[in-house]
Amino acid sequence: MIEILMPLFWIVLHILITVGILLVAVAYTTYAERKVMGAMQRRQGPMLVGPFGLLQPIADGIKLLSKETIFPERANKLVFFLAPMLTFTLALIAWAVIPIDQGLAMSNLNVGLLYLFAISSMGVYGVLMAGWASNSRYAFLGGLRSAAQMVSYEVSMGLVIVTVLLCVGSLNLTDIIEAPRPFWMQIMLFPMFIIFLISILAETNRAPFDLPEGESELSGGFLVEYSAFAFTLFFLGEYANMILMSAMTSILFLGGWHVPFGIEFLSFVPGFIWFALKISAVLFFFVWARASFPRYRYDQLMRLGWKVFLPLSLVWVVVVAGVLIATGTLPNMEAF
Amino acid sequence: MASNAFLLEYLPIVIFLCIAGGMSCVMLLFSLLVSKRNPDPEKNAAYECGFDAFEDARSKFDVRFYLVAILFIIFDLEVAFLFPWAVTLGKIGMFGFWSMVIFLGILTVGFIYEWKKGALDWE
Repeated sequence: MIEILMPLFWIVLHILITVGILLVAVAYTTYAERKVMGAMQRRQGPMLVGPFGLLQPIADGIKLLSKETIFPERANKLVFFLAPMLTFTLALIAWAVIPIDQGLAMSNLNVGLLYLFAISSMGVYGVLMAGWASNSRYAFLGGLRSAAQMVSYEVSMGLVIVTVLLCVGSLNLTDIIEAPRPFWMQIMLFPMFIIFLISILAETNRAPFDLPEGESELSGGFLVEYSAFAFTLFFLGEYANMILMSAMTSILFLGGWHVPFGIEFLSFVPGFIWFALKISAVLFFFVWARASFPRYRYDQLMRLGWKVFLPLSLVWVVVVAGVLIATGTLPNMEAF
Repeated sequence: MASNAFLLEYLPIVIFLCIAGGMSCVMLLFSLLVSKRNPDPEKNAAYECGFDAFEDARSKFDVRFYLVAILFIIFDLEVAFLFPWAVTLGKIGMFGFWSMVIFLGILTVGFIYEWKKGALDWE
């Protein structure tokens, strides 16, 4: 009995630690976002709660916990509350396969990337369910728009992932990080990196692609009927998704836990710190984009997704495959 | 036993799913217990800028959303084909490469047709 229970105990402990770190990271991402936005707009950001406003996220959490939950009269109550739970759960369980450091993945799936892609695509269900179940004009329109936007950008994200797969030849996330990447390969993947960065903004409904919740036209979109902790679960889910997408970017393009640019004398720093720093850098890009760009129009958004990113990434898949075959650098080359 | 070891990798995910689902449930119920509730017909009505909603919100919507969903299915299926192709390209050789190029070519013809027909326009 004990030899079955002990591994289970370690798995549960591992999960609880991961969730704990993730929730703290989410709380301080919101804090960092407000501080950085403040600095970019020559304000101070949160300053009053605790030193430098450091306790602000905790105060916000307690406030949201004590707010009244509203059950909209005409909503489908079950689906209405299932939607935030789904969003939050999906944002958490994707972390089961992320390798934080060499051999530190909770489950080292051989199809880890496929799992990540599947989980992040399911995020659209939460939004669609929320928009439908609220039974309110704004929520319905916001849900529709958001679903269309998320699926549009998912296609080009998928094609970008395929170009990386061609270069590394494995779906295992650890193998993807460990695969050798010569300089020319990184140059070849650079346009895809840019497309991926812009697509994750659209995929997580962040500014300048935050049309589903565009305040000026939809007054909150699919979130309009949500209050108190149902709203908080959506909020936590959105930020956890942002961190997840940043982790995905650093695994696919930035070399995960490796020392950046292979600088020798920095290799004493543990890998997970580099991983966290790379995630923070991408998160900073999220905030930077939000502070810098005005919101896109919906037709511009769809045009960018379908008429620019999709053809470009489709062509790039063939180009990358052709270059790898022509130079004989394809991984596991046996049949040539 | 090899297949068991393979499936064992998925065990943490199942446990994680239960824990994450349970956590969101507990957090939601806890906030319901802690907070005061003071329902009011005006408060519980659908939010529509102060007016009572005239009709059900689930009305007709633009067919283009439907069109986008169909296009998404086509291209996402294509991506699903490309995943295994990309991983095994070294083993299937030039035959595999040209098969996929022809397949992508056919899809591109369809894509150009959609473009010309204006299925991708949102005026």
